[in-house]
Amino acid sequence: MAIIEVRDLDFFYGKFQALKKINLDIERNRITALIGPSGCGKTTFLRTLDRMADLIDGVSVTGRILIDGRDIYAPGTDLLALRKKVGMVFQRPNPFPLSVYDNVVYGLRVHGLRDPRALEARLIRSLEAVHLWDELKSRLDENALRLSGEQQQRLCIARLLAVEPEILLMDEPCSALDLAATAAIEDLMAELKKRYTIVIVTHNMQQAARVSDVTGYFLLGELVEIGETRRVFTAPRDPRTEDYITGRFG
Amino acid sequence: MRRLAPSAEEKAARAGLWALTLITVAVLCFIILFILRRGLPVLSFEFLTANPVDMGKAGGIFSTVVGTVALTVLAVLIAAPLGVGTAIYLTEYTWGGPVTRIIRFGAECLAGIPSIIFGLFGFILFVTKLKFGWSILSGGLTLAFMLLPTIIRTSEEAIKSVPPEYRKVSFSLGSTKWQTVTRVVLPSALPGIVTGIVLSIGRSIGETAATIFTAGSALRLPTSLFSSSRTMAVHFYILAREGISMPNAYGTAAILIIAILGINLLTYFLMNRFIRKYS
Repeated sequence: MAIIEVRDLDFFYGKFQALKKINLDIERNRITALIGPSGCGKTTFLRTLDRMADLIDGVSVTGRILIDGRDIYAPGTDLLALRKKVGMVFQRPNPFPLSVYDNVVYGLRVHGLRDPRALEARLIRSLEAVHLWDELKSRLDENALRLSGEQQQRLCIARLLAVEPEILLMDEPCSALDLAATAAIEDLMAELKKRYTIVIVTHNMQQAARVSDVTGYFLLGELVEIGETRRVFTAPRDPRTEDYITGRFG
Repeated sequence: MRRLAPSAEEKAARAGLWALTLITVAVLCFIILFILRRGLPVLSFEFLTANPVDMGKAGGIFSTVVGTVALTVLAVLIAAPLGVGTAIYLTEYTWGGPVTRIIRFGAECLAGIPSIIFGLFGFILFVTKLKFGWSILSGGLTLAFMLLPTIIRTSEEAIKSVPPEYRKVSFSLGSTKWQTVTRVVLPSALPGIVTGIVLSIGRSIGETAATIFTAGSALRLPTSLFSSSRTMAVHFYILAREGISMPNAYGTAAILIIAILGINLLTYFLMNRFIRKYS
């Protein structure tokens, strides 16, 4: 069963319609890539999934998004619990200006975990999951801003994994990283999908082709096409998708 | 007139700006040296620890030091939480609508009011209407109102300069607004907030007009919040104006200047350590 079901989703910034009648299902433990030119609505769509998009004044949303069968736009939805379950990795690595330790346990403390032993256990597990533990176990007190860009992005993913989300949203997570670091993060994603459902927004079509199981193409607020990645890239059904992936447009 | 070549212009600008900076520093040094040369000879341990005798002609300034410290501490204890709280509300909890703009405008206006008006206001409200009399309480409350706009504005600037990403990340991890403010925003904004508070400490130490009407000018050692007390700045003003003792006036001024320099240096030192730890 799909973990995320989106039904007739419309999204407006004031009068501007950023998303038009979006319908899609996202399957558990798969990587879904959303591609499309700048301003096509893919990032807005990503942010509707953890309700960060409607933090801004003047937006309106209609339609439904079901996560595990529950409508996250229903009145009375517990946003804190939603965001614990649906985590976001941002475009630029953005650790807090705190120590490595404080960064990773931030979310746990926010959700009320105090016991130092429990914090430590989760810290180790999260850093191991992103392959940072060996590098950083002697540097836990160091300020996270001193780490390299790739280490920072891994740390941000670890900070997210620590709160045990089910869905990872990634908004162009490699756009501030070099090629080697990008390859490393992509390998990490392939590992993470065994335990998490990943939705990634990317400008980079090669990246979508490399890492994802399912690809969706957004254009001007519409979801033009979505399907198995290999099929979308080899035999797109919509001529607009074909124009984009063959480089005639975008 | 022919324009200068860019490289010559650059040199001229460099020299000009250097001269302007030099003038600024020179003025500061001149004031400090002027006061210290006349004030330092008077200073002694006794001058600090003895109470004034004979209207301040003899003895020390101990009671005015106590009065100044008491007023300043009280004012900052009241103004800092109010001001920082207001700044947090304005920056984090409102959408920047008309209400926010009115509050902000009000705070700006408050900042432009001369301190003697605050003195008069404090005199009418606290000293007479609320019957606190000339007292440390009246003076502290008046000073607190006077400091509020500075603290609000500097705190607001400090809070606004915290990168918005930190808030986004914090929300996306499931934090509440309050958790975000206390765990991420305030620690990052702290150097700016503390700078504002220190500025206002300096202002309240040196304030005369607002305190002379509200705390009075009694020379006895204050014993409670309801004691009238003279601050160092008021003491200096009275000694000099009434021609009681110019050496003692300069001695008081020297202590004031040393205290303010000391506070600024200490803060600078502490903030440097803090910033090194957090970035």
